Amino acid sequence: MGQENLIEAVREKLGEAVERVADSFGDTVVILRPGAVRAAMAALREPPFDYAVLLDLTCVDFAAAEGRFELVYHLYSLSRNVRLRLKASLPAAAPVVETLVGLWKNAEWLEREVYDMFGVDFRGHPYLRRLLTYEGFEGHALRKSYPWRLAQPRIPLKDDV
Amino acid sequence: MDPLARIQREARPESMLLNMGPSHPAMHGTLRIMLELDGEKILNAEAEIGYLHRGFEKTCENKTYFNLLIYTDRLNYVSPLINNVGYVMTVEKMMGVTVPERAQLIRVLMSEVSRVSDHLTCLAAMAMENGAFTVFLYMMKAREFLWDVIEFTTGARMTTSYVRIGGVRADLHPGWRDSLSTAIVETRKVLKDVSGLLDKNSIFIGRTRGVGAISREDALSYGWTGPCLRSTGIPYDVRKAHPYLGYDRLAFEVPVGERGDNYDRYIVRMREMEQSLRILEQVAALIPDAAPLPPGPEIEPAEAIRRSRRARASERIRLSPNLEGSEIQRLAGLTAQDKRVAVPSKEETYTTMEGLIDHFLFFMSGKGIRPPKGDVYFSVEGGNGELGYYIVSDGTDRPYRLHLRAPCFHIVSALEQLIRGRLIADVIPTFGSMNMIGGELDR
Repeated sequence: MGQENLIEAVREKLGEAVERVADSFGDTVVILRPGAVRAAMAALREPPFDYAVLLDLTCVDFAAAEGRFELVYHLYSLSRNVRLRLKASLPAAAPVVETLVGLWKNAEWLEREVYDMFGVDFRGHPYLRRLLTYEGFEGHALRKSYPWRLAQPRIPLKDDV
Repeated sequence: MDPLARIQREARPESMLLNMGPSHPAMHGTLRIMLELDGEKILNAEAEIGYLHRGFEKTCENKTYFNLLIYTDRLNYVSPLINNVGYVMTVEKMMGVTVPERAQLIRVLMSEVSRVSDHLTCLAAMAMENGAFTVFLYMMKAREFLWDVIEFTTGARMTTSYVRIGGVRADLHPGWRDSLSTAIVETRKVLKDVSGLLDKNSIFIGRTRGVGAISREDALSYGWTGPCLRSTGIPYDVRKAHPYLGYDRLAFEVPVGERGDNYDRYIVRMREMEQSLRILEQVAALIPDAAPLPPGPEIEPAEAIRRSRRARASERIRLSPNLEGSEIQRLAGLTAQDKRVAVPSKEETYTTMEGLIDHFLFFMSGKGIRPPKGDVYFSVEGGNGELGYYIVSDGTDRPYRLHLRAPCFHIVSALEQLIRGRLIADVIPTFGSMNMIGGELDR
């Protein structure tokens, strides 16, 4: 499947879910409507697209200038040896998106990290808990509104397991 | 927010909860595994990471493209040069820079030396935790020879910061061929010895064969890459699938396992080291000896600076061997001759007005390396698997966002599943064979 055909096929399969298709330094980028992320990903995971690997998930904060967070998914198809980048914009005031847990197993940790760093709410995630920072951490460290060097309050010692 | 972790909430009242780590000799420093136990049997497990989180991505947003290179050394601190290569190639992809042939070959050489030392470290630690202390010492010995190669050229063992956007910092050390051939010979010896000690060792096999096994489907679903994915039989290697730096010109194989258990992960790493040594021999033959410097009188840098107050000295400036790459005659083979990315040569900077202006225009805040607007993803094959950088540029000299796709993040996320239902003793080889590196896991 060539790149042109791929875009056609993706548009055909996902229909309304695709907002537009862009190109960035030679990489194809598919911009999805935020409400359709999970359905679109589920469709792309199956043949003929066969994107069996969720390579990466991250988020970019455009809240100050554009009032949105941008989720960035990278998929990889082993059988066709191609990567695909997908994006979805969420309103910065209430960033909510459906979870991918159940489609890919690493989605659980990837989404926890994005929740931890950006405060994006993944609906349906079974265990949305901070991953890299700790319970009691105030704010979301990778948001642009979070200063680079901000001291965190001391938290009481845990009564441990 | 519930202060209790899931495992604490769901634990059966009759079972025991036990912390393994974060301060545990086999947890490689920075991981906490909470175990729900029935005797020695693990009923449930939960891994808690983040103990080495130091805000790598946030820091990078506040550093210039040139300055943040040193932070990439600290990601996978066993193979820092591969991290350097991954980062600079991502920026080069954005800027459309072509790197000179010699610099590309040097990058391959350094990547493969790092890969061998990465695998050696992983297997050494894994073997030691399983009681094979001899293997640990042998492999550390081989690693020292490899790090000699790195140290002679870069001046550092781990925090090398040797690769530059556009090329490499300096030429190889004059004695690099000798140190490399010694390292290859010594590493081959060690690999043979270790094979003899472990391959058919019934204690080692007992603790690794069939333990920590993962199916192909699960490995893909967890986003595994690198030796761990290849141990399940899937021959995915970024060097073959998306060749960079001319890896497609080099002859090497991608070893795969069958069962995806700890033993296969050990065997795959052992075979990969042999392949990396093969690549090293090929690359060493491809890199020509450095062209001799032109004859004629030489003067000391201080003398050149003193004279340049009146007129530029015409003699060649004798620089210390540690600054070899900055010798202007050699620079053409080592870094792209592109003012957008290349640091001006020191001779120019110190002795001419234009050179000094170029230097300031490169290092002043708001100037320097400024990739065009857009976002880019690029990955290389790291010691643990696909090491990817995702960079969003807003056209300024600092990345708007820099995200690292850390290979062992995905691998460690499968740990809970792999140890569930096994014994406590099985945690050690399973975790050891994953090669968790706190620096890239927690960022």
